[in-house]
Amino acid sequence: MSSHAEGSHDASHHHDDSHSPAHYVKIWAVLLVLLGVSLAGPEIGIRWVTLITAFGIAVVKAFLVIKHFMHLTVERKVAQYAIGACFMLMLLFFFAVAPDVMKHWGVNWHNEAASNMKREIERSEHHAPAADQAHAPADGAGHPEASAPAAATH
Amino acid sequence: MMRPIATTRSATGIPTGRLAVWWVIASEIVIFGGLLGGYLLHRFGHPEWATAAAHTNTMAGGFNTFVLLTSSLSAVLAHAAAEKGEGPKAAKYLGLTMLGGLVFLIVKSFEWTYEISHGYTITANTFWSFYYTAAGLHGFHVIAGMVIMGFVAADAMKNRELQRVELIGIYWHFVDLVWIFLFPLLYIAK
Repeated sequence: MSSHAEGSHDASHHHDDSHSPAHYVKIWAVLLVLLGVSLAGPEIGIRWVTLITAFGIAVVKAFLVIKHFMHLTVERKVAQYAIGACFMLMLLFFFAVAPDVMKHWGVNWHNEAASNMKREIERSEHHAPAADQAHAPADGAGHPEASAPAAATH
Repeated sequence: MMRPIATTRSATGIPTGRLAVWWVIASEIVIFGGLLGGYLLHRFGHPEWATAAAHTNTMAGGFNTFVLLTSSLSAVLAHAAAEKGEGPKAAKYLGLTMLGGLVFLIVKSFEWTYEISHGYTITANTFWSFYYTAAGLHGFHVIAGMVIMGFVAADAMKNRELQRVELIGIYWHFVDLVWIFLFPLLYIAK
């Protein structure tokens, strides 16, 4: 295997259009269009549109890269299972920890950090509007400590 | 010279080198997934992070996304050239990919210099801690990929070990994938 990439892929995948440079350039062009949409999304100013154009398009871009550049969809199943298993582990981590981190109130317990955070947010919103802070970094008002003091307590 | 047996053995039907890269990526999914999952959990619980995120430079992040997507194109074109046995051509495309990585890092260094000089340091608050940790870990992977790619390109130039062109390409696409998700998380969700 030292003189050419013979182990690169199965022979059946070598001669179709999906491995041609023109095809790769086409996928790259689609990725750039999607990047443009994800940049334009927030300009509309609607929250759900921003979420879809940012994260929905990120998923589509990821799929295109995985399928057409990494060729995972035509790889042997064992590799797909290994990748899929680790992806599932990641989701398990997220959803197992999410209730503990995100739920701030319960019947038999009290989330002290969340309560402090809520108080700090209310206090900072009351004393200094976030928009003013975001545009005045030079005088210290826009300093991250000042703009989001609650985060440091968590 | 006798070749190490691990490069020619494959119990799974996948060449051992490529199987190893898939395993690396599988473990990287857990590393980056844990980090980004942790970020998301806190981001949902801290609406005020939007104020901190408002200070990240969306155009710089967008430009770097363009650079990484383009470098992924040159990486896959290197793979296509290697499959045809065109080592020097593959090496040239790998060189372009490394150039993309370098441009990415230069833009990042300007971004970080600006942010740090304005007080947005890794200890400023939890948002900036995540920002520097995630982008820094990703940047480290870009640097590691560039170094390995340099060795692979040097061999490819002499038409040697061309199967490695695909292997480093798969890794580079994964680095691109991570950035595809970091970009909306850190630059667009404001």
